[in-house]
Amino acid sequence: MSTLGTIAPGPPVNGRRGSSSMAMRSASWRVTDRIGLGIAWLLGLIFCAICAAIVLFLLIEGLRFIRPSMLVTNPRAGFTQSQTGGFLGPMIGTVIVALIAIGMAGPLGVAIGVWLAEFGRPRAMARIAESTIEMLAGAPTVVLALFGVLLFESEPLGFLSVTNSNGVVFGKSFFAAGTILALVALPLVVTTVREGLQAIPDHVREASYALGKTRIATTRRILLPAIRPSVITGTMLGVGRVVGDTAIILLLLGDTPLQGVGSAPLLSTLRGTGSTLTSYIYNNAPTGELNQPNKAYAAAFVLLAIVLTLNVLVDVSGRRARERRWS
Amino acid sequence: MDLSDDQRAELWLGALVCGVVVLLLAMLGFILREAWPSFAHNGLSWFGSGGSADRQLQSIFDSGTANGPQQYEIHAWPMIWSTVLTTTGAVAISFVCSLFVAAFLVKFAPDPIKRVLEPVVRLLASVPSVIYGLVGVLVIVPFIGQHLITESERASVTPVIQLSGYSLLAAVLILTVMTAPVMIAIFAEGLRSVPRGWLEGSLALGVNEWRTFWKIAVRTARPALIAGTVLACARALGESVMLFMVSGSVGFAPNPADGLIVLFEPSRGLAPTILQNTDGLSSPPMAHTLYAIAALLLFSALTLSLVGWAVKRPMKRYQHAGGVA
Repeated sequence: MSTLGTIAPGPPVNGRRGSSSMAMRSASWRVTDRIGLGIAWLLGLIFCAICAAIVLFLLIEGLRFIRPSMLVTNPRAGFTQSQTGGFLGPMIGTVIVALIAIGMAGPLGVAIGVWLAEFGRPRAMARIAESTIEMLAGAPTVVLALFGVLLFESEPLGFLSVTNSNGVVFGKSFFAAGTILALVALPLVVTTVREGLQAIPDHVREASYALGKTRIATTRRILLPAIRPSVITGTMLGVGRVVGDTAIILLLLGDTPLQGVGSAPLLSTLRGTGSTLTSYIYNNAPTGELNQPNKAYAAAFVLLAIVLTLNVLVDVSGRRARERRWS
Repeated sequence: MDLSDDQRAELWLGALVCGVVVLLLAMLGFILREAWPSFAHNGLSWFGSGGSADRQLQSIFDSGTANGPQQYEIHAWPMIWSTVLTTTGAVAISFVCSLFVAAFLVKFAPDPIKRVLEPVVRLLASVPSVIYGLVGVLVIVPFIGQHLITESERASVTPVIQLSGYSLLAAVLILTVMTAPVMIAIFAEGLRSVPRGWLEGSLALGVNEWRTFWKIAVRTARPALIAGTVLACARALGESVMLFMVSGSVGFAPNPADGLIVLFEPSRGLAPTILQNTDGLSSPPMAHTLYAIAALLLFSALTLSLVGWAVKRPMKRYQHAGGVA
């Protein structure tokens, strides 16, 4: 059933003949239909133009202002834009946050997706879980961020961030931001994993059962390896969302230079605060505190490059998922 | 009790899912609990208009840090109205455009354009909103401020607000560009999965390609149209950073009765209000007010997906007939 891809070939159905023959064929149409076709062409071309304008503009502005030294220096205070350093810290912050978020959302999302697609009993509970995940997918990130503030400023979770001498929990750390960002990525992972599992026909499972495998063994040895491309797609989509989020970073990461808390090597970073590329761009835009547009453009260029890479990965793994045929 | 591997695995996975569901429901509960004082003090006038919203927010914030009685009075209409205007404006424009662009993308575009456009749509859908905000604030806003707003318009509203280019127009424009790729991607997916036989049947009866597409494909793909619209609405509703950057951050309700000038007036929606006042979380009454705004946003998002689900239900029957995914 190949309904993916473009509408299947065959001269009468698709417009593969090119524009001139399209115009020829539409010559006999009613005026309203021809106007409609014209609008579709017009809007389509305008959309192409807008896309090209945005991408080219960001590329040109980014390349104009980016310097290799920006990638290896930290932000500093300074009077002109040439003195304020680069954005090494924010880049590292972006990577850390993405790793934490996907480290949590990946396994959790796969587990939930497997349960929904393969087990899903009792039905009522599966329905509740589905709608909750859907609610999460539609929840604004600012709201999730406020929930994070509530969660991580509470006493029991105080050990995950700084607590000052009055016993007030600061509630901002890489761990806090990463956890809430995992909630942002979770629905994407769950949906792709579930769709991947549902696309595997039942006879594959039955063949495995017939060989004496248990259900969970089938899931682990047959189904999960089969949907690896879907898992990768979901994860990359999640990373894309995580890397681009700003509100959660502003509320839960503290927006400071990278600084650890305590002495334990890995834990100190997790409990510490920092910033990411998105909050760096936000602060360097004219509406932010620093107002250094050149730096913002350069950082936006780097961020866009990251998003572009993730997109290419999604495309590649998506194509691999589609090539798989169960007959 | 002896459990097989299968049963144990099912229990573990089920417990995990339960845990996540409980956490998310707890999120709803916590936010509502934190929001309650603000709603309780204001009653229905929370949603009404009256006075300057910015001044009210300021006095709420001040009352939390001073020793006096705590203030809660807020009339959030300007924020609600701004969110309504930007969301409906952007979604309405991008719905119409996306439908035509999706038609173009799926059916009428020459192959080379199709091949380029598909990945570009997906890229645009995943560009972070802060980048759109940056482009808006550095390109669109100055353009509107310098070229579109006339001096007489500026002078006519000087006693009330300043027109500087940070405006409803900029917000709606950029939000349209942000939501359109999401819609186009989902619309195109839906249009592509219309069974070929249905289209060929129509073409064989002598109906031209445009009619066929409009009457058969678009009609069959209605569930996808709704899904895309709901998703785009949710995205527009929850957008905070970009709107904060371009919409002017003034608690002012633009009045459409003023004529075209409404497009140039600044405002600030619900989500950007939260973002702007995050420092206020240290002041208890301010925190309750912000959580009330968050609760309203969450409630709207929930209603939206519920409405989408309810509208899609009666259309489902065509899907089984045609084997549409």
